[in-house]
Amino acid sequence: MLAEKYPNEIQDILKRYPAERKRSAVMPLLYLAQSEYGYISPEAVREIGEITGVAPTDVAGVLGFYSLYHDHPAGKRRVQLCTDLPCALRGADEFAAELLKRLGVKWDETTPDGEFTFEHVMCIGACDKAPCFQIQDQTGIHFHESESGEKPMTVEQAVAILEGLKK
Amino acid sequence: MPHILLRHRDIPDIHKLDVYLAHGGFEAFKKAVMQMTPAQVIEEVKAAGLRGRGGAGFPTGLKWSFLTKDSFPRYVVINSDESEPGTFKDREIMTRNPFQFLEGAMITAYASQANTVYNYVRGEYWDVVRGLEKCVAELYERDLLGKNLFGTSYALDIHHHLGAGAYICGEESALLESIEGKLGQPRLKPPFPADKGLYGKPTVVNNTETVTNVPYIIQHGAAEYRKNGTEKSPGTKVFCLSGRVNRPGNYEMPLGAKLRELIYTHGGGVPGDKKIKAVMLAGASSVVLPVDESILDMALDYESVAERKAMLGSASVIVLDETVDLAWVTLKTTRFFKHESCGKCTPCREGTYWMLNILERVNKGEALKADVDLLQNVAGQIQNKCLCPLGEFSITPVLSAMRAFRADFDGHTKDAAPPKAPPKPAPPKPAPKKPEPVAGD
Repeated sequence: MLAEKYPNEIQDILKRYPAERKRSAVMPLLYLAQSEYGYISPEAVREIGEITGVAPTDVAGVLGFYSLYHDHPAGKRRVQLCTDLPCALRGADEFAAELLKRLGVKWDETTPDGEFTFEHVMCIGACDKAPCFQIQDQTGIHFHESESGEKPMTVEQAVAILEGLKK
Repeated sequence: MPHILLRHRDIPDIHKLDVYLAHGGFEAFKKAVMQMTPAQVIEEVKAAGLRGRGGAGFPTGLKWSFLTKDSFPRYVVINSDESEPGTFKDREIMTRNPFQFLEGAMITAYASQANTVYNYVRGEYWDVVRGLEKCVAELYERDLLGKNLFGTSYALDIHHHLGAGAYICGEESALLESIEGKLGQPRLKPPFPADKGLYGKPTVVNNTETVTNVPYIIQHGAAEYRKNGTEKSPGTKVFCLSGRVNRPGNYEMPLGAKLRELIYTHGGGVPGDKKIKAVMLAGASSVVLPVDESILDMALDYESVAERKAMLGSASVIVLDETVDLAWVTLKTTRFFKHESCGKCTPCREGTYWMLNILERVNKGEALKADVDLLQNVAGQIQNKCLCPLGEFSITPVLSAMRAFRADFDGHTKDAAPPKAPPKPAPPKPAPKKPEPVAGD
């Protein structure tokens, strides 16, 4: 239960908004639930509804609308790749296809060791660094770009980054 | 040109508060709070001619002056939802020059007589927000935020609100809905945010880059600010360059600088020295502009671009080289808009779905020429009928690409005109007849 484990965090969140506007806390509380459980369950939806005074169906509506909230569990880390126009012009389609092939999975599948789920996302605001990706896990959302300065990221580098995260 | 916005490129450690302070940081905020009235701050920003940098280019000071009088509290909301494909300037500003951004937001709040700033940041910028939260905590420690600032009665708080992956929340009214804890669906306007915004109160919504200009204007004055840029588009802009260029990235230039300078001087030209087929100046929401020498010499300011029947928008310049197929480009942009459509209004929700359907078939070679005509028809049924600019902009690349590069679309169709047969080899010329002997020879 979030209220038992995170009373201070919940109070900090509520304090950001006017006292009579607890509904504003729904989005940060969804992130809090996701950081704890890895996804947002119907129980978490109900609890967030209780904390904010919002009907669970409306909380669930927010959960469903925004693409970074997930209503089902996945691998430990969601590897999120963009193939929108600017990324695609720099080879992101081929990069993504090759990376999936190396890890032996298709889109929305999880690697057999349960570590990585590959998800397609829309533009992540780093088009000059393409190909690139971000990882969403219980610590948040973290961007990964090429570590070799001006040179674009290679699939080898991406695989090495993922392997490094496993440790 | 010394940077005004990307100052970290001149002063690498400016993300540290003491370095920022040593370079005149927060003198503008102090001057505003201690020596100027909110109305005077608004007048200075009006005089500077600063225009919104999020894409609409609306005069900033004018927007502030629309706040409904005698209606309180006021709110300032910073739109850091940067989600237009090809845009990554606000990420760099908030990461590398965070205090100038924050100071700009703070002066905006003072001018608006607001005591609370909400910085709405897209969820993908999670770590950027963690950094900004530390910056804000430092400002509280130094009494630059909180109560009784500089010994006056002015109090100011800054909070961050993370988005969660919805491009539509970059539209100001959808953004306000999102802060209120609802679906990010745009509101009917009027009323406008300056009258009834966040929680129904007068609200100023400004883009990240816009407010980052404000400290300079207050510190150095409107006249100094106007030394860069053009008469109607003063100041500098961070141009985002992406696509088929050697050096994609953010480049700060005065408004009115030439496209050629951005692509060839800063961007290092096109890989393989290929020719540029077209550019999209405003990210995915752009007119696809075929490029020739005169377009390369086009000045990048709001008016000059409008004269070419395009929009500068957020200045997110995507370069398409001669090998790029526009049917593929519009498949990519339409897939984006269809995914991001909030679903509230029928022309956008249904229209983007059908445009995508047709474009997928075109790109797979499963369409007929009549389907390409249908695409035009569907786009026409979306045009001028949507609740917000998302639907309107979804058709802009499609219609402009079809106008300028129709062959790219027809070339995928099953009933395109067959390629012209190669010319038959000419029949062998008959050997010249020997002249008949003429009687008398």
